[in-house]
Amino acid sequence: MQVEVPMTDTVSNNTPSHSADPADPRRVRVKGSRTFALAGVLLPLVLAILWEGAIRGGFAVGRLMPPPSTIGATLWELAKSGELQLHCLATLGRVLAGFALGALFGTMVGAAAGSLVVVSRLIDPTLQALRAVPSIAWVPLFILWMGIFETSKVVLIAVGVFFPVYLGVAGAIESIDRKLIEVGQVFRLNRWAMVRRVMLPAVLPAWIISLRSGLGLGFMFVVAAEFMGASEGLGFLLVDGQQMGKPAQILAAIITFAVLGKLADGVLVMISRPLLLWQDTSRGPL
Amino acid sequence: MLRLSSLSKTYADGTEALRDITLQVPKGEILALVGGSGCGKTTLLRLIAGLDIASAGAITVNGETIKGPHPSIGIVFQEPRLLPWLTVAGNVGFGLAGQSPQESQKRVLYALEKVGLAGFDNRWPRELSGGQQQRVAIARAFVTAPKVLLLDEPFSALDAFTRASLHDHLLLLWSETKPTVVMVTHDVEEAITLADRVVVMRPRPGRMMETISVTLDRPRDRLALGFDKAKRRILHALDRSLQPEKTAPPQKGADNASHWW
Ligand SMILES: Nc1ncnc2c1ncn2[C@@H]1O[C@H](COP(=O)(O)OP(=O)(O)OP(=O)(O)O)[C@@H](O)[C@H]1O
Ligand SMILES: [Mg+2]
Repeated sequence: MQVEVPMTDTVSNNTPSHSADPADPRRVRVKGSRTFALAGVLLPLVLAILWEGAIRGGFAVGRLMPPPSTIGATLWELAKSGELQLHCLATLGRVLAGFALGALFGTMVGAAAGSLVVVSRLIDPTLQALRAVPSIAWVPLFILWMGIFETSKVVLIAVGVFFPVYLGVAGAIESIDRKLIEVGQVFRLNRWAMVRRVMLPAVLPAWIISLRSGLGLGFMFVVAAEFMGASEGLGFLLVDGQQMGKPAQILAAIITFAVLGKLADGVLVMISRPLLLWQDTSRGPL
Repeated sequence: MLRLSSLSKTYADGTEALRDITLQVPKGEILALVGGSGCGKTTLLRLIAGLDIASAGAITVNGETIKGPHPSIGIVFQEPRLLPWLTVAGNVGFGLAGQSPQESQKRVLYALEKVGLAGFDNRWPRELSGGQQQRVAIARAFVTAPKVLLLDEPFSALDAFTRASLHDHLLLLWSETKPTVVMVTHDVEEAITLADRVVVMRPRPGRMMETISVTLDRPRDRLALGFDKAKRRILHALDRSLQPEKTAPPQKGADNASHWW
């Protein structure tokens, strides 16, 4: 953490506002973000209470849109029987495997395209065209190639994760400030030191942002993957709920998706946080 | 001793930025380059720093030819160019990778103290004012004890008050190891306050026009008689450097052109 330093600035002691406790703005920022987090919970909470009230009061039937209490009960049932955990683990496992694969390839290909113009000229147009293909369009092909089991699912998710990471990394490397590279040159950094001490840190914030959007897409693609035939996973819960006419189960799965996605993103932010302390824009968890 | 011999630089797009610069800067001298915008001052510093390659001519430091960035040449750019992911101490010690951590730490803290930033070592660059950032950049250049230090308008973005105090910090650091200093400035008073010699340059293509020695005792007093005299000479030279040239080849060209018609 930041160390409080005594003010020994001999020149600009005429600027007391700047030299005020440096931790102050950060504290204000964190507090502000917490207030906002609470504000974010407010809307769904009010809607839930209104809906619950409307059904209890007899203003609505709630057969297709069950009240929060029913959804809660369904979640509880699923959790008690251990089904919820099973489905969560199945989905999370696929997302993580696909994310790892997509992030790895996205980073490597993005790094190659960002640092070598030849590579970028060669592969970027093709990748841009592939990026425009809707995810679902791959499903039949992947099933033909890899069967309906895990491989095709993980690969589909990896495809989803790949593109934002590739774009983010390639763009970040291309836009590294030449002026900072020159600082490295003046101190005669060799190639590897230049990468490690200047280029990697410069690219890090954009890389983490691209990983976050990749992870978000991973959660979208996992549903598509699980729609194409799965016996477990939150996507399976969705399909099953539709076929069995259990809207509460569908909503329970949707809510679980939201929570899992948010949690996974939160974990990623938390891991990357200490690396980005230097950034001017770092504000509480988003 | 820094020696430039018949140095020329023509950029890839055909811009002739420098023509035939020959100059010797003895060890420990502070040399100021002044001149209108675009007369090649930055280009000259970048050549000496080894960040660009000269089209013709040679640069030597103590007899050694400069072909690229060299350990005995340091530079402070017009902007601080601090690495935002390193603390102030990390930035100042950026060029000390070969040293032991203790030695490096010692040197960094000493340099920070000399530029009046003792106690700022753990701050991030973004938490500093512009003047403080520029002082970190100066500390970063001095900490490796270069034999030649290049300064490209290092104080031009700062107010007169901060600038005057930075002059003191700079002279203080300079007096310790007495490196050869080549600095670019647009501020004539700054040139006279700091420099032993002032070179006035002329644009298109960039050439040296006049060299003015400043022999006043340090610390220099802006109100001294000699200060004003030097200032007038430099301003006069600057004025002339921006006028069209006396030997007038364009006229000749025009004559020829009339014959062609
Ligand atoms: N990378 C480049 N490619 C082509 N021309 C350049 C390049 N850099 C500078 N020039 C040209 O070279 C000439 C000298 O530029 P330079 O930056 O050295 O001027 P300067 O004396 O530092 O000017 P200023 O006082 O405005 O900073 C200018 O005409 C400029 O347009
Ligand atoms: Mg310049």
